Amino acid sequence: MDNYLLTIITLLPVAGAVALVAVGRGEKPNANAMRWTALLTSLATFAVSLLLPLKFNSSAGLQFEQNLPWIDAFDLGVRYHVGVDGLSLWLVVLTTFLVPIALISSWNSINFRLREYLISMLALETGMIGVFVAMDMFLFYLFWEVMLVPMYFLIGVWGGERRIYAAVKFVIYTVVGSLLMLAAIIALYYLHGQATNNFTFDIATITESLKSHAFTLPLNEQRWLFWGFAIAFLIKVPLFPFHTWLPDAHVEAPTAGSVLLAGVLLKMGTYGLMRFNLPMFPDASRKYATFICALAVIGIIYGALVAMVQPDLKKLVAYSSVSHLGFVVLGIFSFTDQGLQGALYQMLNHGISTGALFMIVGFIYDRRHTRLISEFGGLANVMPVFSALFLVVTLSSIALPLLNGFVGEFLVLVGAFTSTTLPNAKLFTSLAATGMILSAVYMLWMYQRVVMGEVKNDKNRELTDIDFRERLALAPMIILIFVMGIYPALFLSRSDRAIADIRARVVPSAKVVAMTENFDNSK
Amino acid sequence: MNEPLLSAIILAPLAGALILGVFGKRMGERVISLIACLSVGISAALSFYVFFRHLHALEEGAKIHDYLFTWISVGAFRADFALLLDSLSGIYILFVTFVAFWIHVFATGYMKGEAGYWRFFAYLNLFMFAMLTLVLADNFLLMFVGWEGVGLCSYLLIGYYFTKDFANDAAKKAFIVNRIGDFGFALGVLLLFLKSGSIFYFDDPTRGIHGAFEWAASQAADPATLSVIFAGGITTIAVLMFVGATGKSAQIPLFVWLPDAMAGPTPVSALIHAATMVTAGVYMVSRASSIYVKAPTAMAIVAIIGGATALFAATIAIAQWDIKKVLAYSTVSQLGYMFLACGVGAFTAGIFHVFTHAFFKALLFLGSGSVIIGMHHEQDMSRMGGLRKYMPWTFRTMAVGWLAIAGVPLLSGFFSKDEILYRTFTSSVLDPTLGKLLWFVGAATALLTAIYMTRLMVLTFWGNERFDTHGSHKHDSHGHDDHHAPKESPTSMVLPLVVLAAGAIFAGYLGVPEGLSGGRIQNFFEHLLKPAIAEPVAHTEEAAHAAEGHGTELALTAFSTVIAFLGIWVGWRWFRRTPLWKPPRLLEEKYFVDEAYDAAIINPVKTASTGVLWKIIDVKLIDGAVNGAARLASLFGTGLRYAQSGLARSYVAIVVMGAVLVIGYFMLG
Repeated sequence: MDNYLLTIITLLPVAGAVALVAVGRGEKPNANAMRWTALLTSLATFAVSLLLPLKFNSSAGLQFEQNLPWIDAFDLGVRYHVGVDGLSLWLVVLTTFLVPIALISSWNSINFRLREYLISMLALETGMIGVFVAMDMFLFYLFWEVMLVPMYFLIGVWGGERRIYAAVKFVIYTVVGSLLMLAAIIALYYLHGQATNNFTFDIATITESLKSHAFTLPLNEQRWLFWGFAIAFLIKVPLFPFHTWLPDAHVEAPTAGSVLLAGVLLKMGTYGLMRFNLPMFPDASRKYATFICALAVIGIIYGALVAMVQPDLKKLVAYSSVSHLGFVVLGIFSFTDQGLQGALYQMLNHGISTGALFMIVGFIYDRRHTRLISEFGGLANVMPVFSALFLVVTLSSIALPLLNGFVGEFLVLVGAFTSTTLPNAKLFTSLAATGMILSAVYMLWMYQRVVMGEVKNDKNRELTDIDFRERLALAPMIILIFVMGIYPALFLSRSDRAIADIRARVVPSAKVVAMTENFDNSK
Repeated sequence: MNEPLLSAIILAPLAGALILGVFGKRMGERVISLIACLSVGISAALSFYVFFRHLHALEEGAKIHDYLFTWISVGAFRADFALLLDSLSGIYILFVTFVAFWIHVFATGYMKGEAGYWRFFAYLNLFMFAMLTLVLADNFLLMFVGWEGVGLCSYLLIGYYFTKDFANDAAKKAFIVNRIGDFGFALGVLLLFLKSGSIFYFDDPTRGIHGAFEWAASQAADPATLSVIFAGGITTIAVLMFVGATGKSAQIPLFVWLPDAMAGPTPVSALIHAATMVTAGVYMVSRASSIYVKAPTAMAIVAIIGGATALFAATIAIAQWDIKKVLAYSTVSQLGYMFLACGVGAFTAGIFHVFTHAFFKALLFLGSGSVIIGMHHEQDMSRMGGLRKYMPWTFRTMAVGWLAIAGVPLLSGFFSKDEILYRTFTSSVLDPTLGKLLWFVGAATALLTAIYMTRLMVLTFWGNERFDTHGSHKHDSHGHDDHHAPKESPTSMVLPLVVLAAGAIFAGYLGVPEGLSGGRIQNFFEHLLKPAIAEPVAHTEEAAHAAEGHGTELALTAFSTVIAFLGIWVGWRWFRRTPLWKPPRLLEEKYFVDEAYDAAIINPVKTASTGVLWKIIDVKLIDGAVNGAARLASLFGTGLRYAQSGLARSYVAIVVMGAVLVIGYFMLG
């Protein structure tokens, strides 16, 4: 059973999508039957995926593996190899968790070509899960590209006014990156095969050969391969200055698309960096860490400042993502346990907080069909429950202690500050920490303009508070915001080992800042 | 030693907040006030019980723990959810819960009939949870939890009247200015961790924890130069933490949020913005005294900022018309006094002033609240006067607070203020000239304090009635439109005033300076705090001995007594004659600091973010490049159209060719 678990989780949504081809057909298409099919499929997927953390062995590496030969023609050595470790475990669960919530949150929002919309959502889910569980580069690349198609349609068909521009921009940006990655994958495959006489795309095998020095990459080769992967991933993150596709894609995407885009798709870049770049090209990673960290810190400040002055709610949240993901990248390239753990935790946090923010924007968009901040004001008078939950999400986004965002952000700061590989680590961290102030500025100012004050616009006077369905969609997010903030050990303990492995690859003899160094223990 | 009741002290108000937050909307005012007061009452009772049960151990310097769980643990970094009771946190929980309880009682009367009564008390209880967590935390990260938690509650309570724009602006300003301070605090904690490998205060072998303070004690003191501020050593840690303190405790340059915070209901001003939260900075600096004593430059900065803020805010207080604004600037000024004490190495005196100030300032704020309610929501003192006969109890109790803060002998403020001035004059930590200068600043502040507080009392309670009892019907939320004469507040409000007045009289006797009694009465406060506070290092050898003997102390005490009476006399003569004296515009407008910040920081950042970062860099530069590249590609593509056969096979061929090229590069290279 365990061997098939990941395959089941990956393929369940696609099975639902196939079923959706038939469900609800007839004289009058039965919209609810289609919605329920999609929802139940995604809920089942989520339920099954919960077995992963429950059965996960925190002290072991790759688990729930299934490894079958796939394309043997010409001795290509492509395999169907899936598995999760501490790095991908929670990202898989985050994905299966967010899809049903996204479906619930936009239950009535989509009426045009509903069937195709739901099929796209489920296909997207399979693609996203596949990226996280694939342990074969060929398979990984396949899922990476497959995922683009439903997302392209979600933005291009069900999006806003400039949806075509946004969808094309999204695809072109991504494809430019992924072509470079494809070249790097092929080169890595070839070089590894030549050195070890084992032509394989297997991620674990290649990482293992590199670790045991059966296969070595001189810095010059690492450099090319590093950037081949890194550009693809950094665009996806998105790291400044590759971020301009994001505001457009978010603004135009429908609510559920935005939730998944922010919640899951943005994590694939940082996941890739941790899966490929750091363990496979450690020397190049160290070489370019300063440069990338500089971009990350610029992104933190730049994203926050630009977010501050956005008149459109979705754009504001989009730019805030640029800022938050900057923290993640900074944590990764600090090459410390705290930085990497914080980065991974921040990926989950951002998925929840920003996902919830997009849902919240979606709720008021459904009511008013506008996202302009100036159109609102005083919503607390008419939508008290909405306003209270909005406040919790806002505070989570500005990293208030005991809420999820704080744990990740602070760990990143600890990691970056104590980094022994990063020159000027203290300066970088101090600059990054201004994000703490700026996030409070743009989020609270936005909250004030939307929620507080008198109702000045008559169109808002009759708004109804969020209903049962909307509360149901938001409730799990709110609960997780608290749980992850109060008891992070639940999550961190399962990723400890994977993180330590990655860190050990980049900084083998980590000069761990501990009591031993500065503190006289004999006292 | 372990004491599981410690967590009950913080959890009782949390439970109250949760109950009120979830079910409060459906409850009546009576039930709400009962739950709110009960939860804080339990917390207060437990605090007293725990404190006196362990009093003997605390005097000996015992550290009593309550470990709940390990909050964050990654690599060498660890932060626990664990509480620590020692004499410092012990004294703090006593007066915090005591004063808070009576303010809660007061608020049940003050907030009567307000919409969102439940919300108010839920926030207030949540504040208590955060404040007690701040105080009882056994490591800096948990302190930071409380630190930001009280900031959140302050935000929520300042913005309690959320339909009013000025309240919302004030709330946001409070949060953001505090975040600027927190930025410094967080960096200080990071640097402390980098240097000491721990963010815990003290060693705890049972948990395998090393304390940062033990590390600090093992370090050599930094030299008293300016360059050490940026050297990344212990002075840098101390200075960064003090940045946090200037935010929370409203010191120069981050004091600007506190006066605006008066937009919140008056009990909030009394509890959060006078008695408890704003003193958190003083608590933090005293808590970290082991670090500060190794950083003489940081101590000097603390003393100078404290002294400067004390004088600066006092000059503004004298020119304000809003009764709460006077008290707000007075609080900023008194907080400056406390930092002055810390900076000269008299941490105990600073905490002692926190303690006495909590009583008389909470009393004064609640008194002003009683006046405001009695005057049907009038806060402008130019429209008050002669209220003595209408509100006898408010008058009597406020008079006690007035005399206490002015420094009249035998009231609480006298003892603590006198102690600070004496310690500043004789400080062995600072350069002696600087010490004398700061003493002069402190004495001038004391004089101003007596003057502006007398002004407040005279304008409110004496003189002509400058209000209109019959005229225009101003609508207020209380709806007493039928009779406009001021009236005394109900018992629920008067009783807390009386209790706090008693505190304002007697609290000082816990810490009678030994010089005054000729050493006959033990200074209990100092004795108790001794184990929790590090001994400052003397500036020079002679300086360490210069301060001995009680002669100087008595002379200085006589001098501060003269100052107190002089200030009251001046204020009385001045404002009895010309109550509506027009103050200089510069003072009335608070030196235009807010306007300067707007012009120098806020507006430029907004303009640059919109005009440069977004509209130019993002849209023109980056997107322009992307779109330009796309256009170039499509131009190119038109030429290459013939290469596009539309056959999948030829695409595959192109991809393979590309791949071969890449592989070829590596084979050759």
